[in-house]
Amino acid sequence: MGYPHASHAKETPVLSRYFGDPGAKTLDGWRQRGGYRALEKALGMPLADIVNEVKESGLRGRGGAGFPTGVKWSFMKPGDGKPHYLCVNADESEPGTFKDREIMRWTPHALIEGAAIGAYAIGAETAYIYIRGEFTEPLRVMTAAVKEAYDAGIIGKNAMGTGKRIDVHVHKGAGAYICGEETALMNSLEGRRGNPRIKPPFPAVAGLFGQPTTINNVETLAAVPHILVNGAAWYKGMSRSSPKSTGTKLFSVCGNVARPGNYEVEMGFPFKEFLFDLCGGPPPGRRFKAIIPGGSSVPIQTLEEAEATPMDYEGFVANGTMLGSGGVICFDDSQCMVKHIARLARFYAHESCAQCTQCREGTAWTTRILERIERGLGTTQDLDTLLELSDQMTGKTICVLSDSCATPIVSGIQKFRAEFEAHIKGKRCPMGATAAA
Amino acid sequence: MADVQLVTLTIEGRQVSVPAGTSILEAAKAAGVLIPHYCYHPGLPIAGNCRMCQVEVEKLPKLAPACATAVGEGQVVHVFTERALAARKAVLEFLLLNHPLDCPICDKSGECELQDYTYLEGPAEGRSLDPKRFNPAEDFGGDVLYVTNRCILCTRCVRFMDDVAKEPVLNVSERGDRAVIGRFEGKELTHPWANNVIDLCPVGALLSKDFLNKARVWELDRAPSICPNCSQGCNTILETRDNQVVRMRPRSNLDVNAYYLCNEGRLDYRWMNRADRAEAPLVRRGDRLVAADWDDALKAAALHLNGKRAFVLASPMLSNESLWMLSRLVERTGGAGAFRVRRGPEAPLAGVKDLALRAERAANVRAAEMFGFTKSDTPLDGMRDGDVLIIADHELAEADHAALARAGAIIVIGTVLPEAARGALAVMPATNMAEEEGTFTNLRGRVQRYQQAKAPPGMSRPVWWAVADLLAYLGESAGYYLAGEAFAALAAARPEFAGMTYDTLGFRGQLVAGAAAPAETTP
Repeated sequence: MGYPHASHAKETPVLSRYFGDPGAKTLDGWRQRGGYRALEKALGMPLADIVNEVKESGLRGRGGAGFPTGVKWSFMKPGDGKPHYLCVNADESEPGTFKDREIMRWTPHALIEGAAIGAYAIGAETAYIYIRGEFTEPLRVMTAAVKEAYDAGIIGKNAMGTGKRIDVHVHKGAGAYICGEETALMNSLEGRRGNPRIKPPFPAVAGLFGQPTTINNVETLAAVPHILVNGAAWYKGMSRSSPKSTGTKLFSVCGNVARPGNYEVEMGFPFKEFLFDLCGGPPPGRRFKAIIPGGSSVPIQTLEEAEATPMDYEGFVANGTMLGSGGVICFDDSQCMVKHIARLARFYAHESCAQCTQCREGTAWTTRILERIERGLGTTQDLDTLLELSDQMTGKTICVLSDSCATPIVSGIQKFRAEFEAHIKGKRCPMGATAAA
Repeated sequence: MADVQLVTLTIEGRQVSVPAGTSILEAAKAAGVLIPHYCYHPGLPIAGNCRMCQVEVEKLPKLAPACATAVGEGQVVHVFTERALAARKAVLEFLLLNHPLDCPICDKSGECELQDYTYLEGPAEGRSLDPKRFNPAEDFGGDVLYVTNRCILCTRCVRFMDDVAKEPVLNVSERGDRAVIGRFEGKELTHPWANNVIDLCPVGALLSKDFLNKARVWELDRAPSICPNCSQGCNTILETRDNQVVRMRPRSNLDVNAYYLCNEGRLDYRWMNRADRAEAPLVRRGDRLVAADWDDALKAAALHLNGKRAFVLASPMLSNESLWMLSRLVERTGGAGAFRVRRGPEAPLAGVKDLALRAERAANVRAAEMFGFTKSDTPLDGMRDGDVLIIADHELAEADHAALARAGAIIVIGTVLPEAARGALAVMPATNMAEEEGTFTNLRGRVQRYQQAKAPPGMSRPVWWAVADLLAYLGESAGYYLAGEAFAALAAARPEFAGMTYDTLGFRGQLVAGAAAPAETTP
């Protein structure tokens, strides 16, 4: 994990190795730690070889969807006469997720290097790093690092003296969750309202400014230099369960847990060991009740489900949820699930871009119902209504914000129905979390 | 057009072939199936936000938005399956969640797509126990009022201003269910075509102040018509209540006006209702004009015209039929004719090819010129002393008054008797364009029909009818009883109109011979 705690012996620090090490922030420091060797190597490689190496490594998108990165890059056709773009999604807004923030704070050059390799591999001369508006410190660090890299000739019109042009721009968002959706991010970059676009066309065909575009998460790109330096086989070797999930993954842990923070483990690491050994388990005297393992948009797990899960894409799916962004939110037995689910719904209602009817009205309506139940004013009808609304909010809209709102509601009612019913029958919150109306 | 690739698919059991790239929604229209929708409009870019047009496509796991899904070869589309109906019912429930349901006091009631689809597919009752959100109505400037609570945020209005008018004024402000249509700072809906957002609005959120609380729409009678207020020839629907025109709305014609109508054109209808009309034929008895029947007036006019030269001052607002009949009178008497046309600033609609509020603010300038009438700011210059001046519903300006004294006699055929023409020997009451059937020729040479929208006052007749009868008194066998017959005679006589009949004109009109076919208005 590194900062703010020392790394746990069971971690595999690759991306997080220099977290908490101020020396890694500067260009000189980064070079001393092996930085920019991968970029140098990449600039001497045929584009297809870079893409194949990444494909071979099994690296998958760390933003949440888990799409194979090399395959995504192969959709781009360098030399088609159009300008290509790389967008770096640093709009890390998923509740419970704070891994990209640490990568940018401590190892900004890791991202610049990964972005430069990515841009080069897809035939793009320009990469945009879209940073969430609230990330003031990462923005400052990234901006300084990009300037350093330009001044040293690492990026720019003659990147590392190879005559190849790679521009990297840092763009500050205004703090909308929806701008982390890839096409909303592109609209926002273009100066438009951050509304997701209808797909197709997909970004690889018509993305930023209508041109072929690839968009990758910060953590994904930060892993690329390691793959090029150490080889695909090395990366692929870091896989403890499913061979389809390779490498290391950063997990951000928060909530009712003894040692919150970022932890980097090999794919397939046992979640039980992760929660109780690395993170130190629940606070003293308490028990875990529920875990959201991949950011607020994935289904909630009971402790039993979590304990049986190997931490990779397939493992989480097999246990009723998703790896998502790796934002682990822990709830202990003192927590009211209704209150927390209502809070999550309120977040989505606040962040809905207001395009699609189901999302605009559905997120707000479900929030009102959930908050009413929490205040002890729910009816037995409400749970059926919530499930029906959630069904209509799933898979029917331009983007998945609406689905993300429905997911914790559906899994919450399925797995903690008794708590909901206790609120309705008792006409108040049994945990005392919210005063009765 | 020959290389257009056709795609064949089945929609609700009907096989239909459409060009590749067509949306399922448009293909369904072609197959005669209406897929409910709100944000989709054929004249606007696809938004795909209302999610109302969801249909089931075989082999696709999810429901597909019909407006944003292109047809595929062999696709099988089901519009009314349980799953599709449930999805649309849910959308309607969401749309109605905060809707005030104030249909009894809403101008849109009766022509509201939210009403229509709710009746067809919506839930009978709402399930929400929570209070509805409330936002005050807002004056958007110009003629447009925004009733926020009724808005479903389909963004048709935003897209019209952005992509058709090309003057961004509207936006979506705020997020989530707090979102409303807003205006950019300092901007108002004063664009000359801004009122189209009212027609585009599928619900009662954008209303015309001009039409506000004026009528329930189901009490209106409607007639397809042509806007007479400039030479563009936009297709319209004239709506009347109790024999009064209360609203003029655009009717789509992709060759002329796409789906749109300018503000000036649509709001300039009150003259059609003016009450100080000439209602009975008048003939001169000494120093007085006395009411007479049509035969007396025609006889008196024919008597004065016999052997004299007629100078016809013909309004460029008259129909092809009327102008042609007047041109025959000119021809028969060896006379001449002229007209003046009111002018104003031209106002194009940027996003549509060849569509503008035209500088010449009259419907039939092209036909008037085609039939030999001279366009002039001082049209009476061509009149010889002693000519019989026939004023065919033409306005008289101050400058014309002196010339009137040079006329040997004045005959008025018009909707009103101008003060300056009180010395007329005969007055024949005429219908205005809302009260008759006829055709106009627009500036590009497109001949288009309009139908009668309201009953004419008193004994008034279309000008072509009065003139045909007058010609009969002068010895020509005329005998037209219907506008269509007059038009057929015109088409037989004038090569520009050869082969045209009211039937062949249809809804899109036909170009006069020699007029270059314009590109479709859709860009």
